Amino acid sequence: MTAFLEIENLSASLKRQRVRMLRSVSLSVAAGEVHGLVGESGAGKSMIGKAVLGILPAALAIDEGEIRLDGEDLLAMRPADRRRAIGAKAALIPQDPLTALNPSHCIGPQITGRLVDILGWDKRKADMRARELLAEVNIDDPDRVMASYPFELSGGMRQRVLIASAFAANPKLIVADEPTTALDVTVQKQILKLIREMQARHGTAMLFVTHDLGVVSKICQRLSVLYAGKVLEQATIAEFFADPKHAYSRALLAATPKYTDPGSSLVPVDSSVTDLVAAEIEAVDEGWRLAR
Amino acid sequence: MFKVSGLDLALPDRVNRPLIGKAPEIQILKGLTFDISSGEVIGIVGGSGSGKSTLGRTLLRLYEPTAGTVSFEGRDITHLSEAELRPLRRRMQMVFQDPMSSLNPRRPIGAIIADPLALHGLDGISARVDRALDHVGLPNALRHRYPHELSGGQRQRVGIARAIAMEPDFILADEIVSGLDVSSQAQVLNLLENLVDELGLTLAFISHDLSVIRRLCSRVMVLYRGEIVELAPVEQIFDAPKAAYTRELLDAIPLPDPNQKNW
Ligand SMILES: Nc1ncnc2c1ncn2[C@@H]1O[C@H](COP(=O)(O)OP(=O)(O)OP(=O)(O)O)[C@@H](O)[C@H]1O
Ligand SMILES: Nc1ncnc2c1ncn2[C@@H]1O[C@H](COP(=O)(O)OP(=O)(O)OP(=O)(O)O)[C@@H](O)[C@H]1O
Ligand SMILES: [Mg+2]
Ligand SMILES: [Mg+2]
Repeated sequence: MTAFLEIENLSASLKRQRVRMLRSVSLSVAAGEVHGLVGESGAGKSMIGKAVLGILPAALAIDEGEIRLDGEDLLAMRPADRRRAIGAKAALIPQDPLTALNPSHCIGPQITGRLVDILGWDKRKADMRARELLAEVNIDDPDRVMASYPFELSGGMRQRVLIASAFAANPKLIVADEPTTALDVTVQKQILKLIREMQARHGTAMLFVTHDLGVVSKICQRLSVLYAGKVLEQATIAEFFADPKHAYSRALLAATPKYTDPGSSLVPVDSSVTDLVAAEIEAVDEGWRLAR
Repeated sequence: MFKVSGLDLALPDRVNRPLIGKAPEIQILKGLTFDISSGEVIGIVGGSGSGKSTLGRTLLRLYEPTAGTVSFEGRDITHLSEAELRPLRRRMQMVFQDPMSSLNPRRPIGAIIADPLALHGLDGISARVDRALDHVGLPNALRHRYPHELSGGQRQRVGIARAIAMEPDFILADEIVSGLDVSSQAQVLNLLENLVDELGLTLAFISHDLSVIRRLCSRVMVLYRGEIVELAPVEQIFDAPKAAYTRELLDAIPLPDPNQKNW
């Protein structure tokens, strides 16, 4: 398998401040593969996705590294070419479903717009495809949803709309940023299945950002564990859950609740472990402060 | 604290509105009857679109019920006007599902928390903001940042800080920890537990995460398509669920195990 997305030694920091957000991150995702990015809030999971899609916040600068999409070095391209390359091949399922949708437009055109703009489809064909996609994400009444404004939909419905629209233009890479957090577990289960099917059918590569190790174990083939912008461990799912190598990974797993086990309660990740990891990172990356 | 009986809520169905005349209505909540006692933590679970958020908004009288009654501390608030509701508003706070959209993008975090305090004429605002940030585990330096400069989890905690800064009696929390990692979840849940214990806060907690519900709530309401299918103590929900839908919910929880059955 050749990698569809390759990130090599990517470092990014806050401009004019010596605060590192990503530290020599390397990872690759093959076509048809789902790669999980896990870690606590603020670890830089979304940043990696944003860097890949060329939408890093203006306050951040990439210090070094390469991002190759389908063999093309994105960072070496002119911005306009980069936007075109990314727009044609990649899509995002964003973390915040309400803000990602334009509140003053109906849902329909927000899905079909991509098809018309990117693929040059005519409006009728785009409309039919949008309805099909909404039905695929288990929306009971696609017509009503297409004609609704975002505020008229429940949180989970909005999230499904965004999943449908990410798949609309058949992208080769999808960055899914916490795509199921607003869903109840039964819908989440259906959607994870669906993402797996759609992604396998189309050979889509996926970066799957989540803090939920239960979800990761169901959808990903490989994962990277992040802390303070650094990849601490990379493994296949089977390896990771059978034998997590890094002390932080073990602490994270230990802190994950299991409802089946009544004794298990929600506890924070052991701070003696995180203090140690933070000290290690700071010692290696001398002079660069941790983001947290 | 709350007594709800025969609560119906219908919203106009704009989409299927005829050219002339009134829009037909979609029935969203159907005959809900339940109580919430003072100091209790009640969990509300149910499928996407089942009406959880709508129920929350109706309790807080952001929507006016179409039928039935809602009373708050013995007072019927079903059809109170906005002016009559105003003194009650500070005492009932809601923390929203979508953190980004409920935070003003043009205001720094400190102001986002301070504004409603000023609106209600409270004093010592700066100190209240400090305390609220500290409560939710956000560093004080964050008060000068804007919402888009925070991670998703940090934004969610700002929403909680804004609600608790008002020192309300009742908080309705709508999916507030689903975007958080385990450490921040544990921290927020500890915080909510403490507020319930120390301040006698009453909490309605909407979540689809049953591990969280188990940890936090004493009673659980299961909603399915606008109706209550089960309302029982938390142990019963987990150990001997009565409704088929409750069992379905339990079976769909992904455990951190790649070999889990039926997945
Ligand atoms: N525009 C910005 N300016 C400055 N700092 C930012 C900006 N956006 C994010 N950050 C910081 O960058 C760090 C990484 O953020 P990121 O959004 O990648 O976290 P995450 O791992 O996705 O967390 P979560 O699970 O909470 O979404 C955080 O410390 C955050 O506060
Ligand atoms: N303002 C509105 N106008 C019309 N219909 C609405 C409005 N708000 C909500 N609805 C509809 O009411 C139903 C219940 O929505 P609600 O937001 O209460 O669901 P929920 O249980 O909170 O779901 P989720 O878990 O996905 O957030 C949905 O079918 C939704 O489309
Ligand atoms: Mg994120
Ligand atoms: Mg909701």
